[in-house]
Amino acid sequence: MMEWTNAIVQGVLLGGLYALFAAGLSLIFGVMRLVNIAHGDLIVLAAYFGLTTSVMLGVHPFAALMVVVPLMAGLGYVLQRGLLNRTLGDDILPPLLVTFGLSVIIQNALLESYSSDPQKLSGGAIETASLQIGGLALGVLPLLTFGIAVVVIALLQWIFYATSLGRGFRAVSDNQDIAQIMGFNKAHVFGLAMALALAVTAIAGILLGIRTSFDPSVGGGRLIFGFEAVIIGGLGNLWGTLAGGVILGVAQTIGAKIDPGWQLLAGHIVFLIVLAVRPNGLFPRVDH
Amino acid sequence: MPDTLLALNGLDAHYGDFQALFGVDMEVHAGEVISIIGANGAGKTTLMRSITGLMRNTAEQINHLGQPIGRLRADQVAHRGIAMVPEGRQLFPSLSIEENLLVGGKVGRTGPWSLSKVYDMFPILAERKGQKSMSLSGGQQQMVAIGRALMANPDLILFDEISLGLAPVVISDIYKALPDIIGEGMTAMLVEQDISRALQVSSRVYCLQEGRVSLEGRTGDVSRDDITAAYFGVTT
Amino acid sequence: MTTAFVTRSTRASRIAMIIAVLALIVLAAAPWWAGRADLRLMGEIFLYLALACLWNLMAGYAGLVSVGQQAFVGFGGYMLFALTMFGGLHPVVAILAGGVLAAIVSVPIAILVFRLRGAYFAIGTWVVAEVFRLSFAQVSSLGGGSGSSLPVDVVRSLADSRSGREALAYWLALGAAVVVIGVVYAFLRTRRGLALTAIRDSEVAASGLGIDIWRTKLEVYVVTSAFTAIIGGLIFLQKLRISPDAAFSVNDWTAFVIFIVVIGGIGTLEGPIIGTLLFFALRETLADYGTAYLIALGAVAIVVMLKAPKGVWGLIRDRFDIELFPLSYRVRTRDDHQGN
Ligand SMILES: Nc1ncnc2c1ncn2[C@@H]1O[C@H](COP(=O)(O)OP(=O)(O)O)[C@@H](O)[C@H]1O
Ligand SMILES: [Mg+2]
Repeated sequence: MMEWTNAIVQGVLLGGLYALFAAGLSLIFGVMRLVNIAHGDLIVLAAYFGLTTSVMLGVHPFAALMVVVPLMAGLGYVLQRGLLNRTLGDDILPPLLVTFGLSVIIQNALLESYSSDPQKLSGGAIETASLQIGGLALGVLPLLTFGIAVVVIALLQWIFYATSLGRGFRAVSDNQDIAQIMGFNKAHVFGLAMALALAVTAIAGILLGIRTSFDPSVGGGRLIFGFEAVIIGGLGNLWGTLAGGVILGVAQTIGAKIDPGWQLLAGHIVFLIVLAVRPNGLFPRVDH
Repeated sequence: MPDTLLALNGLDAHYGDFQALFGVDMEVHAGEVISIIGANGAGKTTLMRSITGLMRNTAEQINHLGQPIGRLRADQVAHRGIAMVPEGRQLFPSLSIEENLLVGGKVGRTGPWSLSKVYDMFPILAERKGQKSMSLSGGQQQMVAIGRALMANPDLILFDEISLGLAPVVISDIYKALPDIIGEGMTAMLVEQDISRALQVSSRVYCLQEGRVSLEGRTGDVSRDDITAAYFGVTT
Repeated sequence: MTTAFVTRSTRASRIAMIIAVLALIVLAAAPWWAGRADLRLMGEIFLYLALACLWNLMAGYAGLVSVGQQAFVGFGGYMLFALTMFGGLHPVVAILAGGVLAAIVSVPIAILVFRLRGAYFAIGTWVVAEVFRLSFAQVSSLGGGSGSSLPVDVVRSLADSRSGREALAYWLALGAAVVVIGVVYAFLRTRRGLALTAIRDSEVAASGLGIDIWRTKLEVYVVTSAFTAIIGGLIFLQKLRISPDAAFSVNDWTAFVIFIVVIGGIGTLEGPIIGTLLFFALRETLADYGTAYLIALGAVAIVVMLKAPKGVWGLIRDRFDIELFPLSYRVRTRDDHQGN
């Protein structure tokens, strides 16, 4: 019994990481209806940036966030204004295929510069530290990851619903033409949204890199986890995305408990079941 | 010779292969109210979309305060002080009423209009400021749309069929408020299906027919028959 | 006197037809004139060509942009292994049976993933492919995660000599490419096919024509999946070895295919052919550069998508107004006087 409780709790905490994978995806879709196929590769790119920063400056990966978050945000802005804005429109093919091309470019650029050897960010003592709570040993790192996920989502929620930046995001998302005649430069607003999304991606990448080893090919899997969390939780609902991440995480840890080979499969199957019975996700946004 | 605020010089507009405006010439002087009339599909909305920068034009086709603005983006045009109350109101559904108004003030121009001035003019909006715009009646939504445009403190305000889909008594109320709205040194262009209302509040009129100006003149100088002819393209 | 008439065929299309028939005869004779390595390469080219035509039918005509077709490539490959090893079927029969099974499996999958729109559909199909990969990795009788080789007696049942087997694999690949191109072309010329083009150009207009969009898309998805599985079977008949990672590789069976179609010209029949030739020409000359080659490929695809969305073929067509596979009707005038 205790083992199962433990699996569930570990799954919940893992869900925090998946919610961080998903938050950027969700935000971008919400503001500009763009689905970024390269999202997972950008998470991995952030992990590599974290690696280089912490090795070169000799600092803890968390301190590397000070460099990687602004770096990824800047990259997001430039990417959006320089490339992705050109793909937006009624046709769904250009954004899809361009971000797909981007995914291949990032993967191979990483292979070229870092090789295919697995890498890891060393988090030091925090990686093995754990707290005893009610007979369960909870890792400090997973707890911290989950806490960060909650804070990030609360922050995004606040930006979206309580700041003028967020008002701009929602206005542009509602009606691009009218938002423009109110003085919003659509290209700039989209650039800011992508910058924010990739800032979150930077955090996700560093936490991923401390938790497990990574190599240039793992981006696709991270994209899929994020995507599943978004769909399970319901499109356009950030707290729903956290719930979606938690459900996915729990499904995976329970699957792994039954048979180690079942970890990923169990997550995908739960996703497909949700898609079959609740195609709009468990917590779809209710507005208008 | 009054100051020319806005001049259209041979303005064309296209939707793909379809041409909606053909060489429209127009002049709007500071402080005047002009009305633009024409049948459905004549190109009135297209004209307003062109002025606000939502359609692609060549630079010289639109002049604002002596400068060519035809190639500016819509947000740049907005910052120059041109605002629009769009056809069908087009409020932002996921924003509250107050947020809709605040978005209108995004350009940050100074002037007589502020949140509290808008609420003074439409007290019902103050009572409901936290609600989503879609919970309002059509007339109240139109107040939000007007308030949102005023929040930009524009020099030139474009109204596209503000009476569309509203009850007659509501239309009367809005037209009663119009002089107060346009009052303070603002210039206005008014698109309206209801010709007599349009003529009442404006000093000059342009009639569009199939994308071309078919009539222009002072409201006092044009007769009903002139308008009917220009409107429907029939000569009597 | 000039008379106007409506026709699909053009001079270019008739010439192309003649050249194609001649080329086909030469290609069919390849086992007698080509070396072993060249034969293998050409077989691979034909199989990629078939995959590209199929993906183009789905994405370019039916608007079903899948990044999960590796599910069916791998499925077809595994069916070849399973049905020959445990069912005792002849490999060619097993490959065809794999196609039928893929069609059956694709129906519930379609019902599920069709609930997702646009790019979400794309990622949804990828999830399905992952489910396939992870599931086949669980089947220990097929070698689990490390995979297995086709048993010698199964390989022998194809032909006694090695060269005989290689010739057969080559002819099967060539035949598959011809059949796929033929089927796609024939389908696009039917009423349903024209409906598909209508869907691509405007869903609203298509539903106005009384076309059941969902059903038409389902048909395309099922047919494409079946053929993709057959091609998958042929791919692994060439390789003689299968593993989950190779069978369900998103890079090999989807990324490359997408690049072929995008560069050649998505939504055109000629595009996949040109794209395949360009892709292999690039690969054979630049493959030594490894990752740099793939980076360049990604960049070329992006540039093409943004600057010439109809690909290389689109550029050629706009410039010369030719169509090798005539789908559109044209009004032509025939000049009855000679010499003018
Ligand atoms: N988005 C569009 N795409 C294609 N044609 C349009 C579009 N909007 C308007 N039109 C066409 O342009 C012409 C002018 O339309 P519009 O400016 O809306 O007229 P009005 O406002 O005077 O009723 C009409 O023939 C209309 O069908
Ligand atoms: Mg109109």
